[in-house]
Amino acid sequence: MFKKYAGGAFIENLPKIYGMYTGGFLVFVLLMAILEQMGVGADTIGILFVAFTIAIYAGIGVLSRTMAVDAYYVAGRSVPAVFNGMATAADWMSGASFVAMAGGIYFGGHGYLAFVVGWTGGYILVATLMAPYLRKFGCYTVPDFIGTRYGGNLPRFLGVIVLAVASFTYVTAQINATGTIAARALQIPFEVGVWFGLLGILLCSMLGGMRAVTWTQVAQYIVLIIAYLVPVFWMSNKQGFGLIPQFVYGDAVQRITELEVLHGLGTLDPVEGAKGGLRALSVPFVDAHTDALAAWKFVTLVACMMLGTASLPHILMRYFTTPSVKAARQSVCWSLLFIFLLYFTAPALATFTKLQVLDPNLATGIIGKPIETVMALEWIQKWAAVDFLQIIDGNADGILQLNEFFMRGDIVVLATPEIAGLPYVISGLVAAGGMAAAMSTADGLLLAIANALSHDLYYKIIDPEAETKKRLLVARVLLLGIGAAGAFVASLKLTSILGAVAWAFDFACSGLFFPIVLGIWWKRANRQGAIAGMAGGFIAGTWYLYMVRFAGMDPWIGIDHLRFGIIGMPVSLVLMVVVSLMTAPPDEETQKMVDEIRVPRGETVLGASH
Amino acid sequence: MSDDSKRAEHWRRTKSLMFVTLTIWFIFSFVIHWFADALNSITFAGWPLGFYMAAQGSEIVFVVTLFWFARAQHKIDSECGFAEEE
Repeated sequence: MFKKYAGGAFIENLPKIYGMYTGGFLVFVLLMAILEQMGVGADTIGILFVAFTIAIYAGIGVLSRTMAVDAYYVAGRSVPAVFNGMATAADWMSGASFVAMAGGIYFGGHGYLAFVVGWTGGYILVATLMAPYLRKFGCYTVPDFIGTRYGGNLPRFLGVIVLAVASFTYVTAQINATGTIAARALQIPFEVGVWFGLLGILLCSMLGGMRAVTWTQVAQYIVLIIAYLVPVFWMSNKQGFGLIPQFVYGDAVQRITELEVLHGLGTLDPVEGAKGGLRALSVPFVDAHTDALAAWKFVTLVACMMLGTASLPHILMRYFTTPSVKAARQSVCWSLLFIFLLYFTAPALATFTKLQVLDPNLATGIIGKPIETVMALEWIQKWAAVDFLQIIDGNADGILQLNEFFMRGDIVVLATPEIAGLPYVISGLVAAGGMAAAMSTADGLLLAIANALSHDLYYKIIDPEAETKKRLLVARVLLLGIGAAGAFVASLKLTSILGAVAWAFDFACSGLFFPIVLGIWWKRANRQGAIAGMAGGFIAGTWYLYMVRFAGMDPWIGIDHLRFGIIGMPVSLVLMVVVSLMTAPPDEETQKMVDEIRVPRGETVLGASH
Repeated sequence: MSDDSKRAEHWRRTKSLMFVTLTIWFIFSFVIHWFADALNSITFAGWPLGFYMAAQGSEIVFVVTLFWFARAQHKIDSECGFAEEE
C-alpha cells in the first residue's frame, strides 16, 4: 500500500490508514495491560513495546522503498499538509524534547522555559521567511538552494559543511538516546543498544529515503504523542489535579513556591558526594529574572533556538515534500500545533511531579519524610539501583531534606508513572514513545546529511554525469557510513544530551540563517556576500564555542556555550551585507529567479527531477 | 494591471504581512519575557503571569498567529492572481 504514492488512492486513504494504525496501537497497549494483569513480567512488557513498535516502523520503511530520484529526495512532493505537519513534529521532537525537557523545567524552572519558547516560536520564522519560498524554488536540499541562488560550487560546498556539522552534532545525541532506551528496555549493554538503535533507524530510511522517512515519522508521531499525553492525563486524574491538567496547574505552581520556602530552598547547599549527572533542587521554580543579566540570558537563548529552528536543514527539507506552496505554508501551522501539544504539557508534567515529590500532604511526598520510609519505596529503589537517583543523609538526622535528594532530570518523564503508582504498561508505553522521538529525529538528520553529500557534493560538484541508479546507490552508502560514524561517536559518550542539541541550533543559525533569508528577501545579496556570511558566521561562532567551552575564556556578558549563535549571527549578517554591497550585484537571471520564488503560482525554479 | 505591477503589489502586501507577523512574534518572544519579573506580580488564573507566558501564553499566541498568517497570505496570493491552481 505504501508503494503507490503520486496522487493515487494511497494519499486519499491516508486518514483511514493512520486511523487504523492508531486504533491498532491502542489495541496493542490494551493487550499489554491484559498481559500485565495475567502476571507477565514488567521486563517482558518493556521488550514487547519497543520491539513491536520498531518492527512496525521498519515494515513501513521497507514498503516505501523506491528507485525514483524525486521520491527518494522529496517523497514525490505529494505529502498532504496535515501529515507533513505530523512528520515534521516527529522529526523535530527529539529524545531530548521527550525525555529531558520536563526534567529540565523541574530543575531549571522559569529560566529553562526559554527552550520551550524558543523551540515553538521559530516556526513563525519558518513560515513567514523560508518554507513557502524554498518549496517554490523546488530544491532537494538546503545547499541545493544556496548553490543555485548564489551560483558556483563554493557556496554550495560551504552550505554542505555547515549542514553536516550542525546535523552531525545533533544526530549523535539522538543515537545516544536510542541506545539508552534500547539498552534499558531490552536489557542489553549500552554499546550494543546504540548499534541496535542505528539498525532500526536505517531500516526506516535506507530503502525509501524521504518517502520512507515521511511515513515512518507520521507513525512515530502518533506513538510519541500518545505516550507523552496518556500518562500525564492519567496521573492528573488519579491524583485529583484536574481533568485537563495543562489548564489548571497555576495553583500548583504557587504551592510549589510556598513549599520551596518551607523546605529551605536556597538556604541549604546540596550536600557533597552525589554521583555524576545527579542534581538536587537549588533554583526556585518561579525564578523570574530579577536582574537584566538573567533577562538577557533568557532572551538570547530564545533567539538562538528560534533562528536555529529556521536554519536547521532537516526541518526545512520537510517542507519540500508538500504538493504546493500553499500546502507548505499550512503544513508549518500544523507542525507547530502538533509540537505545541507536547511542549505545553511538559511544564505541567514538571509541575505535578515536583508537587508530588515536595508536598508532605500528598501520599507521594518524600521530602521531610524519614529516610527509612523513603528508601522502602519501590520506585526509589529501582531508580537508585541504576544511578538515576541518590539519597545522602548529610546531617545524619534520618529525615530527607531537599538538599539531600539527588536525581537525573530524565526521571521526571521516565518515572512519573511509577511515582504516581500507574501500572507498568504505562512505563512500557513511555519507553516506546522515547524511542519513537529519538528514532524519528535521527532519521531526519541522517537523511539531511546523506542527501546533501550525495546530491550536492557528489552529484552537483564531483560527478554531474552520474546516472540515477548510481546517485541513489551513493546516497544509501553515505547514509550507512554516516549512521555508523554517528553510532561510533555516540558509543564513546562524549557529550551530555542537551549540550549537544543546543549546539546544533547555534551552528545552524551562525552559518545558514542569513544566507537563506537574504537569498529570498534581498535581491542584491550575491555570491561573494553569501560566501563571506556563511564562512564568517560559522567560523566566528565555532571559535567562540571553542574559547568558552574548551579554552577557559570567560563568557562575554553571559553568552555561554549554549548561546554561541549570538556571536556567529551578527558576524554573518554584517559580512554578508558589507561584502555584497562592495561587489557587483547578481546577474539579471538570478534576480528573475528571486522574483519567481516570491509568487506561489507557476513551475518550480528547479525541474521536478534535477 | 500588468504582470509587473501585479507582482509589485503582491510583494508589497506580502512584505507588510511579514512585518506585522514578525512584530507579534518579536513581542511574544522577547519583549514579554524581558519583563517577566514585573509580570509575575500579576496572577492569571492562578499562575504568576510572567511564568505563564513562558510556559503557555507565548506558545498559544504563536499557534494562533501562524494559522492567521497562512490564511492572510493565501488571501493576498488569490487577490493578486498568484495563488496556485487547485
